[in-house]
Amino acid sequence: MDPAAIKEEMLSKYPPKVARKRAKQIMINEALENETPEITANVRTIPGIITMRGCTYAGCKGVIMGPTRDIVNITHGPIGCGFYSWLTRRNQTDATAPDAQNYMTYCFSTDMQDKDIIFGGEKKLEAAIQEAYDLFHPKGICVFATCPVGLIGDDIHAVAAKMKKKFGDCNVFAFSCEGYKGVSQSAGHHIANNQVFRHLVGAEDEGKPGKYCINLLGEYNIGGDGFEIDRLLNKCGITNNATFSGNSSYDQFASAHTADLNAVMCHRSINYVADMLEVKYGIPWIKVNFIGASAAAKSLRKIAQYFGDQELIERVEEVIAEEMPAVQAVAEEVRPRTEGKTAMLFVGGSRAHHYQELFKELGMKTISAGYEFAHRDDYEGRHVLPGLKVDADSRNIEELEVEADEALYSPRKSEEELKALAESGLDFKSYDGMIPDMDEKTMVIDDLNQYEAEKMVEMLKPDIFCAGIKEKFSIQKLGIPMKQLHSYDSGGPYAGFKGAINFYREIDRLVNSKVWGYMKAPWQENPELSATYVWE
Amino acid sequence: MLLRHTPQEITERHALTINPAKTCQPIGAMYAALGVHGCLPHSHGSQGCCAYHRSALTRHYKEPISAGTSSFTEGASVFGGQANLLQAIDNMFTVYEPEVVAVHTTCLSETIGDDLPQIIDKATKDGKIPKGKHVIYANTPSYVGSHVTGFSNMVKGMAMKAETTGVKNGKVNVIPGWVEPADMEEIKRLSGLIGVDIILFPDTSGILNGPLSGEYKMFPEGGTTMAELQSAGDSIGTLALGEWCSADGARYLDTNNKVPCRVLDMPIGLMATDRFVDAMRIIAGVSVPEELSHERGQLVDIISDMHQYFFHKKVALAGDPDQLISMVEFLVSIDMCPTHVVSGTPGKAFAKRIRELTAGLPYEVNVKCDQTADMFLLHQWIKNEPVDLLIGNSYLKYIARDEDIPLVRWGFPILDRQGHQYFPTVGYKGGIRLLEKILNALLDRKDRDDPEQSFELVM
Repeated sequence: MDPAAIKEEMLSKYPPKVARKRAKQIMINEALENETPEITANVRTIPGIITMRGCTYAGCKGVIMGPTRDIVNITHGPIGCGFYSWLTRRNQTDATAPDAQNYMTYCFSTDMQDKDIIFGGEKKLEAAIQEAYDLFHPKGICVFATCPVGLIGDDIHAVAAKMKKKFGDCNVFAFSCEGYKGVSQSAGHHIANNQVFRHLVGAEDEGKPGKYCINLLGEYNIGGDGFEIDRLLNKCGITNNATFSGNSSYDQFASAHTADLNAVMCHRSINYVADMLEVKYGIPWIKVNFIGASAAAKSLRKIAQYFGDQELIERVEEVIAEEMPAVQAVAEEVRPRTEGKTAMLFVGGSRAHHYQELFKELGMKTISAGYEFAHRDDYEGRHVLPGLKVDADSRNIEELEVEADEALYSPRKSEEELKALAESGLDFKSYDGMIPDMDEKTMVIDDLNQYEAEKMVEMLKPDIFCAGIKEKFSIQKLGIPMKQLHSYDSGGPYAGFKGAINFYREIDRLVNSKVWGYMKAPWQENPELSATYVWE
Repeated sequence: MLLRHTPQEITERHALTINPAKTCQPIGAMYAALGVHGCLPHSHGSQGCCAYHRSALTRHYKEPISAGTSSFTEGASVFGGQANLLQAIDNMFTVYEPEVVAVHTTCLSETIGDDLPQIIDKATKDGKIPKGKHVIYANTPSYVGSHVTGFSNMVKGMAMKAETTGVKNGKVNVIPGWVEPADMEEIKRLSGLIGVDIILFPDTSGILNGPLSGEYKMFPEGGTTMAELQSAGDSIGTLALGEWCSADGARYLDTNNKVPCRVLDMPIGLMATDRFVDAMRIIAGVSVPEELSHERGQLVDIISDMHQYFFHKKVALAGDPDQLISMVEFLVSIDMCPTHVVSGTPGKAFAKRIRELTAGLPYEVNVKCDQTADMFLLHQWIKNEPVDLLIGNSYLKYIARDEDIPLVRWGFPILDRQGHQYFPTVGYKGGIRLLEKILNALLDRKDRDDPEQSFELVM
């Protein structure tokens, strides 16, 4: 079907104002070399249009701070927000060390009541922080604002500062992540990361020992992805000092400034932290992607190239050579059953791009993709950054002004070294986005909604559709297998080499499941009676 | 240990809720609204509320949950959400073509004081609500009550659509409370057996336990129709099954439409089901069919068959008031010992009722139902007085694992097992299923723990 006709058909049902707005967020890919068409992204969701997006609180408390095990996260607000973000993301954590603290299994809330809304909730918050401290004596307590907190004007930062001073041995800080801020989760990522940078990074001068020491930014250890990446890094002799924020702990954030390279997985949720770590501490950053076997191999090679040590470069090649045969064996086994099939991916701020790698390795074509909460640079590449207009919604999200730290700034590579590395093909601070990697005439759709999803599936009949839990069953009712790429449907890991094997097998299972052949009963297939039993 | 920081020593908390045994009002309003035919729930707040509620309901029911949101921005939060709601109503009726939109508020829109009746009135005057279509609403600030009261408030919103023509329709309104789609189906089956024509509202059967057929219907066949809701004002009476979830709607019909009501317990377990069947029989003036007496007899039979394994086993429960009241009565009736009971839903009458139901037991039951009646406290109680069985939602599995206690999953939300949408726990047949689940949990544990010398084939 002609993509222009599909787009027109999708827009035809909308009221004119909605159609005009959505038209700019639905793009037919006509990417040419060095030139990608413009898409509108990171703009307001239209009221009443059933969106996939969540809120700023979800991005802040749920996504960024959720995976840190030894901080007590207190939601300041009515009970719901804390309840819904309690263990519902599949961030795995390793708290097996004998003295390890792990509060991820707990939900802490001030459970605000109407009297707190009327008279203010600061006193209750203060008491809640005190009760948490008395019960657990954690290293850190974080406070998260929900919608009414901003409206009634509780000064959560003042309460946090007061309690931090009072305790002396517990870092208390707060996040103004009210759900109505920004246009999606993305604003919450930013608010969370800013506060981590401000209140944690740089507090601990002892990082992990190791010759090749990196931080992995924007990896959340869903289904154990981070564990698989750590396994590979360890095997290569690379130290992962701190992951932001999968399987993370307080001390790892605090010593993040001691690493020598930042490797960025999810560009959307954290690229600004990479920038700030470079400006303040002199740590360069590169974009990596461990989703897909060849992408994982490429990422390991990039890290080795950065350190430039022959020993490491060789070790990385050995590891790849050791790991690849098993991956290729499974790919070859599965491929006859997946080759030529089609996929649609609408998820997150990086996964809709990264997972195209895995589908490519299965011989599957991504015919349409888009992000839930990404910005234009995630679609078109970082070259569009200088031209991005800051609208009213983005202006409300704080941008930290960062300068080189007087004591701790130390450029890991000289200007000449960086230039030489760049000339040898290692791109720093670079991300080209999703669009250049997609075929011509594919459709790129930002903030896809339920109606458009249904239309796309009906018209293009993909063999698999990827999004989140809210979309799962409306797609599957249409008889199309749906793979959750937020939670992985209890599966994973899908990162690295073992992850690639898991994913190949999972997609094979899904697209070839017998169940999709059971939609119609025999009498529905052949409603006309053509014979009758002759029972004497 | 997964809950390694929970101390045995109980210290009083006043401000901090830990591991809540409740969630907020709007999700209850959303679930209730899904039980109206052709209804699209709408969350008037920031889009995260709607995303969270849809996700939680989807994870529990394993079915598509469609709902709109007003997608508040900072500007709307300052200047009011009227423009957002008007635009949302227009967009929803145009794009999704529902029969009904059911709007509920959130802590955000309540804090800024958005006036739903006024905005809906404006939408009507502006022609944003197509002719023959409806908007119902409920005020559900998250800082009052719990998911249970949110459900109740939306039920009341449905009752507000009832009309009184003066000519009785011969039907009985039944408000089932927040139970599973299969439970609603079972209530309809029981009523049919007794021969009472009922208007069940809400009714999520057929909507949240639908088939897979290659077709997606945003509005499946099931649900209480608008015509039925309107006709509820002409019914001969209303049975509210559960004080917390259902009574307000029933009392509204009593006061405003002169439809008399009776509030019963949810028909879970032998005695509560007996009272429900008896009430239906009296209302309809019929005798209970033999078939139903037979079902009852089967439940009694099972109780006697299994009794030795239930006798004096201690149970800890977390959940919602209406369910817990009936369940505690059921457990006492089979000589089990409810020992610790928490519900985050406020309401002093709950604790009083649980104490009454357990008054004949040789010990005092631990029961709490306020802000700090949470699973953290329940866990501490268990550490101080261990139990043989846990009954409640999936979050209890963390206590179950740490303390090595068998768990029967029952209530909301169940996120890690399936089948609850399809098999009722109300009525006599539901009672049989509950007992089967309890017995299996206890005997699986016995089989696991018995030493080889006394491991038994026949039990």
